[in-house]
Amino acid sequence: MAELLQYLLSGVTVGAVYALVALGFTLIYNASDVVNFAQGEFVMLGGMISFFAWQAGIPLPLAAILAIIATASVGVLLNKLAIEPARGAPVASLIIITIGASIFLRGGAQLVFDKQLHRFPSFSGDDPIRILGATILPQSLWVIAGAVAIFLALWLFFAHTLTGKAVLATANNRIAASLVGINPNHMMTLSFAVSAAIGALAGVLVTPITLTSYDLGVAIALKGFAAAMLGGMGIPAGALAGGLLLGLIEAFTAGYVSSVYKDAVAFVVILAVLFAMPQGLFGRKAMDRV
Amino acid sequence: MKFKVFGSALALTLGLAGPAFADIKIGASVSETGPASSLGDPEAKTLKLLVDEINAAGGVLGQKLKLFFYDDGGDPNKARTFATRLVEDDEVVAIVGGSTTGTTMSIISVVENAKIPFISLAGAIEIIDPVKPFVFKTPHTDRMACRKIFEDMKAKGLTKIALISGSDGFGASMRKQCLQVIGEFGITVLAEETYGPNDADMTPQLTNIRSKGEVQAILNPGFGQGPAIVTRNYGQLGIKTPLYQSHGVASKSFIDLAGPASEGVRLPGTAVLVANLLPANDPQKAVVGAYTSAYQAKFNLPASTFGGYAHDGLRLLVDAIKRAGKAEPKAIRDALESTKGFVGVTGTFNMAAGDHLGLDLSAFRMLEIKRGDWALVQ
Repeated sequence: MAELLQYLLSGVTVGAVYALVALGFTLIYNASDVVNFAQGEFVMLGGMISFFAWQAGIPLPLAAILAIIATASVGVLLNKLAIEPARGAPVASLIIITIGASIFLRGGAQLVFDKQLHRFPSFSGDDPIRILGATILPQSLWVIAGAVAIFLALWLFFAHTLTGKAVLATANNRIAASLVGINPNHMMTLSFAVSAAIGALAGVLVTPITLTSYDLGVAIALKGFAAAMLGGMGIPAGALAGGLLLGLIEAFTAGYVSSVYKDAVAFVVILAVLFAMPQGLFGRKAMDRV
Repeated sequence: MKFKVFGSALALTLGLAGPAFADIKIGASVSETGPASSLGDPEAKTLKLLVDEINAAGGVLGQKLKLFFYDDGGDPNKARTFATRLVEDDEVVAIVGGSTTGTTMSIISVVENAKIPFISLAGAIEIIDPVKPFVFKTPHTDRMACRKIFEDMKAKGLTKIALISGSDGFGASMRKQCLQVIGEFGITVLAEETYGPNDADMTPQLTNIRSKGEVQAILNPGFGQGPAIVTRNYGQLGIKTPLYQSHGVASKSFIDLAGPASEGVRLPGTAVLVANLLPANDPQKAVVGAYTSAYQAKFNLPASTFGGYAHDGLRLLVDAIKRAGKAEPKAIRDALESTKGFVGVTGTFNMAAGDHLGLDLSAFRMLEIKRGDWALVQ
């Protein structure tokens, strides 16, 4: 019983990390149909900038805010310097540009920061919380709360704000959107800024658990991408559910089957879901009215 | 910045204009950047530091050392290209480098054909077993680390253990070596778990190990962030079974990353980590002290085990050139092979025709983490 609960808590901890990254994909995807593979680098920047600011003597909360603002600026620059000039290029080319940006940001981080692993203290200490013989770290609760808060904010944004609807309209049809007075460039800039900020916040929240280093982006983006695909790309609820589900599958496989097959089982489940439901668990079938 | 570029260009011109014909040309290809940069970076720093030091002290055989340095980024293909360039264009008399087993294997294919002595800085036993005429290495093998750990376990009467290893190259290789020698010590593995190199939580694996009540010790062969997270999760679950880590985490940053849970963790490490703890009569004390303080002074960073491998590689080479009396590949190779009682920072090297590593288990020190710092066991 205690074991089952421990697997569950582990799954939720890891799943919340995946969900945070998957949520970061949502905004840019909704604005442009582009899967931004530099999302993992935003997570890395959030962790690295906070660490170095904190080490330089800035209090952790301030360092975190600084990291989020700095990363959001990187997101805006990425859009202005790399995505916007390539406007009109096919989505696949834009995705390749984001892969290039990811390599560039990784190289840059290696030069600006260093090549070591880093960690800053957990927000509320490291004393595990005991629940019926199983334990969870307070930092995991921060990560879970962060994922839920971002999910709610994104959901409210897309469903209940004019700007959110404008972002969706831009993705749906750029020309039609500009005809009704939406500036598509502004919408893209906005989504890159907020998406980078979400990534950075994820980095700030998960670093005390997963540690951070210049090259953590690829691995974390891959898992976040898998979670987003599982839940349905571009749907906040899908990102949250996909992340948690992926984490739980991994933890239960490691606990009950074998840790050797942990990653394999997770990907088999994703393939099976995508085979049966190509839009992901929460995705709706695309419909184009002509 | 401009001045810097100008300065180094000037230095380069002067260097070339000087008596360049008399230099002893040494090649190096290490993974200064890329996934193995935590190994290659201190190695690169150490090589440059030592070459400057040796030249400032008058060089070798009255000649200056000239280092041809390449950064292979951990890519075996690049390592092969650079090795070829070192042999054919730069015409070096010997090569130090190969931070990883992969890059080392690429370089071996070149140096064996060209008959250039090569000292590898990588761990795998395959590099020197079977013996290849021109290939040497300075780091201990995984198998030696396993033996050192099992010796300690046996001495403490811990015979039933659980294994949790990283699924990356380092973890997988060391796991294999440990399982090969574990029988010699009468120790059995009751539970086996693995984790991915970037996993965020290993509590399910550790919960499984904990549920096997008879486990007396846990061994974690791994490298990078995995072992730090394993140690934190071990603390989180409140496991009391003794935890052994490998030499893959033998650096001060591991203690910081793993936090208070690392208290009492045991691992085999080199003398580099405990330079100031070595007793005055320890033969390595002077060498280790000189290296660690020079490194600390120049880079303002603590010296690491990996930099130590590069230190020994270059020093062994210089020693061999001195004893050979000439900087000629074949003569250097023969001198290297007859190295006896050479005290390096990693250990005391005694090479032989059948042993191109030359270290024994005494090169490993059993360390324990006490009050957030290293302590020597016994």
